[in-house]
Amino acid sequence: MEHKTFGANLRPMGDSVIIDLSGDIDAAAEEALNAAYAQAEAAGADPVLLNFSDVGYINSTGIALIVGLLAQARKRHRQLVTYGLSDHYQEIFRITRLSDFMGMYADEASALQRDR
Amino acid sequence: MIAQITALWQRFTTNNSEQAGEPVVATSDSTPPAAVLPPVDIAPNDPLLAYLLHVNGPVEVERLKLDSPALESLKAAGTRLLVPLVSQGELIGVLNLGSRRSDQEYSSDDRKLLADLATQAAPAVRVAQLVRQQKLEAAERERVAQELKVARLIQQTLLPQSLPEIDGWQVAAYYQPARAVGGDFYDFRTLPDGRLAIIIGDVTDKGVPAALVMATTRTLLRAASERLVSPGAVLERVNDLLHPDIPARMFVTCLYAVLDPATGHLVYANAGHDLPYTTGPSGVIELEARGMPLGLMPGMHYEEKEVTLAPGDTVLFYSDGLVEAHDPEREMYGFPKLREELAGFEGDDLVTYLLDTLHAFTGPGWEQEDDVTLVTVRYDGPSSVQREDPVQKGEVALLANFEVPSAPGNERRAMNQIAEAVASLDLPPDCLEKLKTAVAEATMNAMEHGNQYREDLPVHIRAEVEGTRLRVSITDHGGGAQIPEATTPDIDLKLAGLESPRGWGLFLIKSMVDEMNVHTDDEHHTVELVVNLDKT
Repeated sequence: MEHKTFGANLRPMGDSVIIDLSGDIDAAAEEALNAAYAQAEAAGADPVLLNFSDVGYINSTGIALIVGLLAQARKRHRQLVTYGLSDHYQEIFRITRLSDFMGMYADEASALQRDR
Repeated sequence: MIAQITALWQRFTTNNSEQAGEPVVATSDSTPPAAVLPPVDIAPNDPLLAYLLHVNGPVEVERLKLDSPALESLKAAGTRLLVPLVSQGELIGVLNLGSRRSDQEYSSDDRKLLADLATQAAPAVRVAQLVRQQKLEAAERERVAQELKVARLIQQTLLPQSLPEIDGWQVAAYYQPARAVGGDFYDFRTLPDGRLAIIIGDVTDKGVPAALVMATTRTLLRAASERLVSPGAVLERVNDLLHPDIPARMFVTCLYAVLDPATGHLVYANAGHDLPYTTGPSGVIELEARGMPLGLMPGMHYEEKEVTLAPGDTVLFYSDGLVEAHDPEREMYGFPKLREELAGFEGDDLVTYLLDTLHAFTGPGWEQEDDVTLVTVRYDGPSSVQREDPVQKGEVALLANFEVPSAPGNERRAMNQIAEAVASLDLPPDCLEKLKTAVAEATMNAMEHGNQYREDLPVHIRAEVEGTRLRVSITDHGGGAQIPEATTPDIDLKLAGLESPRGWGLFLIKSMVDEMNVHTDDEHHTVELVVNLDKT
């Protein structure tokens, strides 16, 4: 598996927005990730769901970017929810304690179900 | 008598060189001196010299009938009288006299006085000549001694001060220069990946020029070995750098080998040096590889050869001084004898053994003709520490050994190569993913913090299995300062904006593997990741 360019697309879903992430989350993903999140926030979405189903690789810089998003969300009392993380990256979110602050769900349906 | 001595011509008979003395003007009263005449050179084969050696007393120039260019010059210069200076049967000088101031002919009393003067002066002139020559010779001896001193100082500074110490291996070296300092050199270099570079070479010349070329070559070899893994590539680089600057007719023979102490694998390339040998349970093996000496021609290719050493094997690297030594009957030690002696070798000290055979061959009172250099590397077997630890018993298997340039994104390449390399271990999926993350993070740290993302500074990555432990080493060029301790980042502070969101790398590495060890020296950091396979 070679480097995959990062992508972030917004999908409105009622009061919430799903950001479909794809590719590698590393330093190169910073601009696109922050822009997508800014769009979701501007739309007043709550919660914001991060879909990691098509993400193959997250390095420590990627973790830092996600911490940055989470900090913004908490400042505005906005919920951030994740789904589609592989077992490996679920483990990484646990040991970094990101999972203490972001709900982690197996798939889109269960993530949306939590919302309801 | 008032006379004008126009020139004192002297001859240095020992080196057959001519020396015109300073014109000497002797005057008295207040009579203004006549113009000083230039000295006249006399060719060694001029017939005037033979005549003057045998004549007794002063000679009137006008009366001589010799076919002599010097005589013609003397007449033209206004010389009237020649007085030879003879000492111990050698003509060592001539007094040339012009006209008397009274314009009268020289009287018989004048001639007698001059003859007496010559008799007295000749020995004194001879002594002066000898003293001057001795001073010149002493100055030359001093210059040679000084050059020898400088050359020896350069060489002593550059030869290794200590030998590498590696578990399971014995390294020995012997160097004895000939009377004049020669051009032999040897060096050891521990490479970033833990392998050992062994270098032996010889510069064709003596003294300071050879010592300076040796110093240059050694520096170039060290610099090239920092960046290039392959011995052939190192020699190619050094050859091309050396060629434009090395003095004409000088070149360097050099053998460059890289030993992996973990496996016994030895890869080598040769630039015209004597071929090494291994001797051990499998017999004597010549390690052949061909290539032109360094500095002779640009753009050369150096073939690489490989051999794997087994416990009990010893490799011998050496220079001409051993095989070209002669015995009292002028027979040469030679390569066939060397192979015979190697075949007869038992025990563990090949250097002492070979020196004994050499001295037995040359006999006492041998005047050493060339530098003798011997370097031996002996494989005792896997280290005793390892043998004492049951968990770590077994062979060491090298799975991967490669470099990646320090560029963003290349940690992906490193991660993927390691994943391929360890595929044969059938790691559980979660264990493999953790290893990949650890390798990626360690490689990123090495590229960013160790090498400052300079593409010309590679990160070296190596994976091996030793018993039940998988070990991956990641090495950069950021020696000196220690790598900071891995601490647990505080996400609360980061989320509150009181800390940078960054700083997860070391923590992730440590969390993903069973052991993380860090080694730092002046030039490198190495992060060693260990996964225990027996729990997987």
